Amino acid sequence: MTILRNRVLRRVAETLGILFGVAVFVFVMLRAIPGDQITAGLGTEAAALTPAQRQALEQYYGLDQSLVTQFFSWLGNMFTGNFGYSARSQQSVLELTLHSLPVTFELAVFSIVLALLIGVPLGMLAASRTNSVRDAAGQVVSLAGLSIPAFLLATTLLSVFAASFGFNPNGQGFATLVDDPLLNLRQMLLPSLVLGFGIAAPILRTTRTAVLEVRSNDFVRTARAKGVPERRLQIRHVLGNALVPIVTMTGLQFGYLLGGAVVVEQIFSVPGIGRQVLLGIQQKEYAVVQSTVLVIALAFVLVNLLTDGLYRLIDPRVRAS
Amino acid sequence: MSGLLRRSPIGLAGVVILALLAVVAVLSYLGLLPYDPVAQHPPARFLAPSGEHLFGTDQFGRDVFSRVAAGVGNSALIAVVAVAFATVVGTLGGLVSGFYRGLADGAIGGVTNVLFAFPPLLLALSLASVLDRNWFTIAVAIAIVYVPIFIRVTRGPVLSLREIEYVKAAVSTGLSRWQIMLRHVLPNITSIIVIQVALSLSWAVLTEASLSFLGLGTPPPAPSLGSMIFEARSLVFVAPWTLIAPGAVVVLLVVGLNLLGDGLRDTLDPRNRGKR
Repeated sequence: MTILRNRVLRRVAETLGILFGVAVFVFVMLRAIPGDQITAGLGTEAAALTPAQRQALEQYYGLDQSLVTQFFSWLGNMFTGNFGYSARSQQSVLELTLHSLPVTFELAVFSIVLALLIGVPLGMLAASRTNSVRDAAGQVVSLAGLSIPAFLLATTLLSVFAASFGFNPNGQGFATLVDDPLLNLRQMLLPSLVLGFGIAAPILRTTRTAVLEVRSNDFVRTARAKGVPERRLQIRHVLGNALVPIVTMTGLQFGYLLGGAVVVEQIFSVPGIGRQVLLGIQQKEYAVVQSTVLVIALAFVLVNLLTDGLYRLIDPRVRAS
Repeated sequence: MSGLLRRSPIGLAGVVILALLAVVAVLSYLGLLPYDPVAQHPPARFLAPSGEHLFGTDQFGRDVFSRVAAGVGNSALIAVVAVAFATVVGTLGGLVSGFYRGLADGAIGGVTNVLFAFPPLLLALSLASVLDRNWFTIAVAIAIVYVPIFIRVTRGPVLSLREIEYVKAAVSTGLSRWQIMLRHVLPNITSIIVIQVALSLSWAVLTEASLSFLGLGTPPPAPSLGSMIFEARSLVFVAPWTLIAPGAVVVLLVVGLNLLGDGLRDTLDPRNRGKR
């Protein structure tokens, strides 16, 4: 028990260290931009500032402090929920994030569910007879998923559905799941299909390999000899044991998902966290970018931690060792 | 490597596709394209594909084939430079990390973990947004994303190789650590690196295309497959070839690289030997 607790503590400490490194990296990266908040806010008019005005503004923004002081005051502010302020949207970054994060979370959940619904059955089907037509079909689907860029698929689907079927729910204002569940689901359909298709490919491949590996075990032969019905055998015995690599692979795809969300949210006008970063970059609101990127990295690190825990839950061997 | 590829039909298919696209890219580098990819010619707007304009023309009367070819050249250049940088830095990092262990390992591992905490596309996007944008800085931004992957892929095998007898024997003959790393350890991890290079190239192409689609790639009017697709969004029904041509080519490029990567993995990775 103490060993387990030590390991969990170590993992948590490690995660905190990583997050601190991430904060330093984001801070340094955004300081590399030529100019500062003053030139970003005023544009060319910044040149007209008198030295005294400039000094006053620098003091106001805290730019006269050392970089280390600036860093810790930003980090300290993040802890107290002060993520900065977006002048263009007249909202605090915390407010923006509280609205956008659930949207991206919903998109991520739908995408993963769709990816599993596509990837796992196709992977099992491909493994059921290697080097057959269905195996080749599985390979083609996974190759397509790995090779078609999300932005291309999204652009094509958006135009084709809008023009041919008059289906363009994303053309109107975004509705949250609470506002209008039906419209929300329609708006989420194409974006999550695009992201889900991208992740379905590695899930399909992993399922195929894992199922082939599990099937070669003696216990599968024993179960079959004992007369376990084929369907039960495939699902409980084979898929059950193939679950660990599948869950791991799904967790690993979360990074792709959060990156892909930037592209897909932009194309389908879904007001998620990816779009928030992109808007921040486009409008040069670096306070928004800095805090939002940190929030995304935090989410990503937490998901990795969670996948780790989940995998301990599914696989008793990992729990015991 | 050619012998290995002959044993893998999918690898061969990848090589054929890539060779075809390489010819197109080389034509663009040599300035041998049928038209200037950036020259506007308004009277010839939206011409459908024909013998004169293989892939038609766009909203400014520019030849789509020439633009796609230049875009392939541009993508290939950025992807190759980015992956070359990531391979050299990442492999060295992995070698030092696995071979020296201790403090170096800790420091390199720390940086790796921090970079891995970012979703790859988001990291490339943030880096591209702060850098002065040209093809080289885009390549650097993409390279930084892939350095930790090469570190992680090489470190593990290096850790186990350093415990193997012949490496220990080399140590006892008095060779320096760098001589051992480069002469005895590196040659034994080349197949892992080669597979990773092929797969990373396909991701690099996708990342570059996504960045330029989002307006954070090489600035216009330089043709880039991603920005061509972005511009074609609203023209799909007026001039579908403006979307189909760059779209099909970017998919073809990534398919070629993925097939090559899979082919190499099937033939080079000892775990896959005899499986197929």
